[in-house]
Amino acid sequence: MSKLIPMPTNNLLTERDVDKPPILEARHLGIDFGGLTAVDDFNIAIGRTEIAGLIGPNGAGKTTVFNLLTKVYHPTRGTILLDAKDTAGMNTIQINHAGIARTFQNIRLFKNLTVLENVLIGLHNSMSCSLSESILRLPRYWKQEKEAKERALELLSIFQMQDLAKYEAGALPYGAQRRLEIVRALGTNPKLLLLDEPAAGMNPSETAGLMENIRKIRDSFHIAIMLIEHDMNLVMGICEGIAVLNYGKIIAKGTPEEIQANPAVIEAYLGKKKEG
Amino acid sequence: MRQRFEIPMPVRYLVNGVLIVLLFLLGQFMISAGILSSYFQKILLQVGVYIIAAVSLNMATGYLGQLPLGHAGFMAVGGYTAGIFLKNFPIKGLPAFILAIILAGIVAGIFGILIGIPALRLKGDYLAIITLGFGEIIRVILLNIDTVLGFKFTGGAAGLMGIPKYTSFPAVYICVVITCLFIHTMMKSRHGRAILAIRENEIAAESCGVNTTYYKTMAFTASAFFAGVAGALFASYLGLLVPGDFGFMKSIEILVMVVLGGMGSMLGSVLAAAVLTIVPFALQSISQTVADYRMVIYSVLLIVVMIFKPSGLLGTYDFSLTRIIEGLINRAGIHDGVARKGEQSK
Ligand SMILES: Nc1ncnc2c1ncn2[C@@H]1O[C@H](COP(=O)(O)OP(=O)(O)O)[C@@H](O)[C@H]1O
Ligand SMILES: [Mg+2]
Repeated sequence: MSKLIPMPTNNLLTERDVDKPPILEARHLGIDFGGLTAVDDFNIAIGRTEIAGLIGPNGAGKTTVFNLLTKVYHPTRGTILLDAKDTAGMNTIQINHAGIARTFQNIRLFKNLTVLENVLIGLHNSMSCSLSESILRLPRYWKQEKEAKERALELLSIFQMQDLAKYEAGALPYGAQRRLEIVRALGTNPKLLLLDEPAAGMNPSETAGLMENIRKIRDSFHIAIMLIEHDMNLVMGICEGIAVLNYGKIIAKGTPEEIQANPAVIEAYLGKKKEG
Repeated sequence: MRQRFEIPMPVRYLVNGVLIVLLFLLGQFMISAGILSSYFQKILLQVGVYIIAAVSLNMATGYLGQLPLGHAGFMAVGGYTAGIFLKNFPIKGLPAFILAIILAGIVAGIFGILIGIPALRLKGDYLAIITLGFGEIIRVILLNIDTVLGFKFTGGAAGLMGIPKYTSFPAVYICVVITCLFIHTMMKSRHGRAILAIRENEIAAESCGVNTTYYKTMAFTASAFFAGVAGALFASYLGLLVPGDFGFMKSIEILVMVVLGGMGSMLGSVLAAAVLTIVPFALQSISQTVADYRMVIYSVLLIVVMIFKPSGLLGTYDFSLTRIIEGLINRAGIHDGVARKGEQSK
């Protein structure tokens, strides 16, 4: 297991990634919804090839963190540095162009489109043929369509889903839909992949397969992955750095071993069951 | 493993090309041989105009997933542009007509951009309200511009008269084919997929890096452009334009065609446009009172379809002759030989 090294900004970074700036660093990030402070003073750094975990009880603010990082919500406070560049003023689309792709806790596929089309939309920005080239069916159109289709099938093959290419995405079983979302996100060629509860609704063998594949994706794409997950076997099995969120605040950060031994975490998860 | 037989692309295009030409020749023959009376020819031209209107509206509703309520407004812009141009352009004949159609599309398209950008940046149903307003404003402006500003080019309430009549079966047929081909090829490209992605899930589309405002505007502008083309054909078909031709009810009529045909199905829009253009003529020949209650019949029809088949009569199904041929070949099992030949050549 790799060690976590403190940065000058007090954030932790995986040992093998310390020679380069973190792919993502959040400093004092926070958001209020009216009177409710959903996330506050959120600090985290993610190494360029790290698999990071974000855990915490329901309603802790984990999904909100992803929405902040991808600018679905605009932060009330704090800074987000993506590849050492400030993302202030960027929107969701620009964030994706800059290198963050994500999946959603409540799956957001293009349900009425085919599996292949879903991935092709992920590949949208890797294609460049203009509207006129497409309409006149010029050679560049055929070339790019062919290349994109091959690339899409290759990406689908990560999860052995290439044979499902022609099926409607909405007709897939739940687990396959989650995997398709990951494939579509990978199509946008991200540097950081955010997975919001990727194993939710999967059976243990599916989860084990997913775990292998997340590691495989990190190793073959050389990207960072941050995941929100309730399945502790998965989190403790593949995450190198873990942050624990409770009531919008980070209560602990560290390696899986450190997190498992942390009294504040144990209390947040198990202890103090107040009535009402 | 048995390989599914697929007709290769060039053959596919050839088959469709031949079909388009044959259909045209059939129409031309029926007209020149006198099988279609001039009354039916008139209906045929109107059918073409409404096919273009419906197919272009389907772009914004069925594909983009928005609800524009001012499609007739764009037809009016195109119609008046073409009408005024044709009346005043020194050169007459086919070149003028072609220019007028293109110009009508461009001016309507510019209006599409001007309305689309502010309306489509907002999430929610603002587009419905803004286009509803746009359609009415255009109608009122056309009605009053001559009296208020003193110009004498729209003819005000009396209408724009004396527009040269160039709209013919070949002209309409070619415009229908170009419109359908344009929209079909656009939708089967990365641009079309981006538009569908927005309809399916806007946040997911953004997260995939799809520039949603850009593609919404693109789809909406293309929709307005072809509405302008339909307006131009309509203007040069009637020779007379009255602002009342392009009221709110006309926008609704076109919307009914799209919804009945099945949102997102081009074939559905084509068929529904044809049927709903012909039906009023048929009703008229039966009885005027029935024809007067046309809109009531539409409403009932719409409610019935929404209850029993909310996705429209054809859903998102699209006709493909080549797919039918493929299906027949695959079922007959002839494909084994073809497939094996394909493998050998590898
Ligand atoms: N758009 C929003 N408006 C108001 N409150 C919100 C919004 N999004 C999230 N919240 C609140 O923020 C808190 C954290 O939610 P969430 O991030 O979804 O939790 P988690 O993913 O950890 O289960 C919840 O109390 C939720 O009600
Ligand atoms: Mg959540």
